[in-house]
Amino acid sequence: MKRSWLPSLITLVVVVFLFAPLVVLVMNSFNASRFGGEWDGFTWNWYEKLWAANEVWESLAVTLKIAVSASLASMILGTLAAYALHCFRSWLQDVHQMLITLPLVMPDTLMGMSLLALFVICGVETGLLTIWIAHVTFCLSFVTMVVLGRLQDFDFTLIDAARDLGATRAQAVRKVLLPLLLPGVLAGGLLAFTLSIDDYVITFFVSGPGTTTLPLRVASMMKTSRSLPVINALSTLLIGSTFLLAALSFRLQRRT
Amino acid sequence: MSAESGRSRQWLLTLPSLAWLGVFFVIPCILVIVTVFRPADLQGGVGSGWTLETIHAVNDPSYLPIIWRTLWLSSVTTIVCVALALPMTFQMARVGPRMRQVLLLFVVIPFLSNFLIRIFAWKSLLHPEGPVTRLLHWLHLIPEDALLLNNVGTVLLVLIYTQLPFAILPLYAAAEKFDFGLLDAARDLGAGPWRSFAKVFVPGVRRGLISAALMVFVCSLGQYVIPQMVGGASDEMLGSKIAQRVFADRNLPHASALAAGLMLAVLVPMLIVAIWHRFGRKEGSA
Repeated sequence: MKRSWLPSLITLVVVVFLFAPLVVLVMNSFNASRFGGEWDGFTWNWYEKLWAANEVWESLAVTLKIAVSASLASMILGTLAAYALHCFRSWLQDVHQMLITLPLVMPDTLMGMSLLALFVICGVETGLLTIWIAHVTFCLSFVTMVVLGRLQDFDFTLIDAARDLGATRAQAVRKVLLPLLLPGVLAGGLLAFTLSIDDYVITFFVSGPGTTTLPLRVASMMKTSRSLPVINALSTLLIGSTFLLAALSFRLQRRT
Repeated sequence: MSAESGRSRQWLLTLPSLAWLGVFFVIPCILVIVTVFRPADLQGGVGSGWTLETIHAVNDPSYLPIIWRTLWLSSVTTIVCVALALPMTFQMARVGPRMRQVLLLFVVIPFLSNFLIRIFAWKSLLHPEGPVTRLLHWLHLIPEDALLLNNVGTVLLVLIYTQLPFAILPLYAAAEKFDFGLLDAARDLGAGPWRSFAKVFVPGVRRGLISAALMVFVCSLGQYVIPQMVGGASDEMLGSKIAQRVFADRNLPHASALAAGLMLAVLVPMLIVAIWHRFGRKEGSA
């Protein structure tokens, strides 16, 4: 059967469109020209400047602290939620399902704004804790979706088999379900980790003095043109680590 | 297992996430709506008592162009993203598993890369000294003093760029499950490639199509970083106004009123889709 060339062409165009800006960014991080309009020769200069920029590494530490703790919390909450959604059919799960889905389609601005309203009205000082709460809230739904996808492929007769062989329910969950589910849970956790590291909009609303995460730092660096090439270098490192995390997550989800 | 213990097990498993989302998602949304009817206090907080002042303040004709711009930018973004994502996911679902993984990774990397970095990448591409501007000058496609940044076209371009993966991923999930044998059948019955694409493939991935369009539209509605970073002063969207009321004016009730409006704009299309799905399901089972 003759296939039309149009879908392949559009696919190519989309891939180039999605990737070209990132490729130019990475190239410019090695470009001696400040604005990257032309190639002025190879340089490590911007990476050296980045290495010396202490405030960047301080905000990286803040970001990692939040990302690790938020992804751990959302992994636990999300796995429980996915298990409940998968095992039960009731009005409670209908409500539960709706609550899990809504944050996925809520614009970030609204989520940030409404959490800020909560914190202001309750008199909670914005800072690390409020950022952590916000991150757990938006990561939770993503983790649930990933784990739920994994549960749908899970063969529940394995649990019955374990029970028939004399395992208690707790033993069956711990020794059969959890190990088989683990790649899905980890993939969800990795997704949460990446989302948390990258979030700017929601964090911007609920951050306080002294809690500058990496994206907040990048945003303030973008305002001064002096540091623009340094952002190229930082972006290159971030894109590289995103690539590694995504590849790892793919591997986890594929293995059965 | 008794029904009683099953029920308590269900509650035990459901309660953590349900309570978390109740406290940090539902209550904040309700608070936003309540705050609309509260007076602002000078410290950027919310005063006591009730007032309709904010409603009057928001009822200002100067918001109309902003609302209109937000709506048309989001609509055009949605249409372009879906129009690009449909043939792309069609292609992705047809190629071999290895190529498929590669293409998927190509979509996921920009999707997971930092949002600010993606905007920044365009900012430096379109910078007056940047590569695209120089190339276009060299080709004499734009006049010497043309600015590619800070206009509504750039806002639209970057909106499409950042939202495109949101359209591709749900559509891909649907296309992957699509039975391509149906297309062969359509062709055997005499349908041309366009006709079989439009009449067989598109209806086949209908659900993915709707969630893709909804996702892109809703996420575009709330944008404020893109107009702020690559748009001009006259390219504000509703989200920009919300951020401005919160951070520059420190008027939480006013920001809440705008946010409540946006919330309505988000919930209405979602409700329509939910009802449509339910209706469609009943129709299907009958």
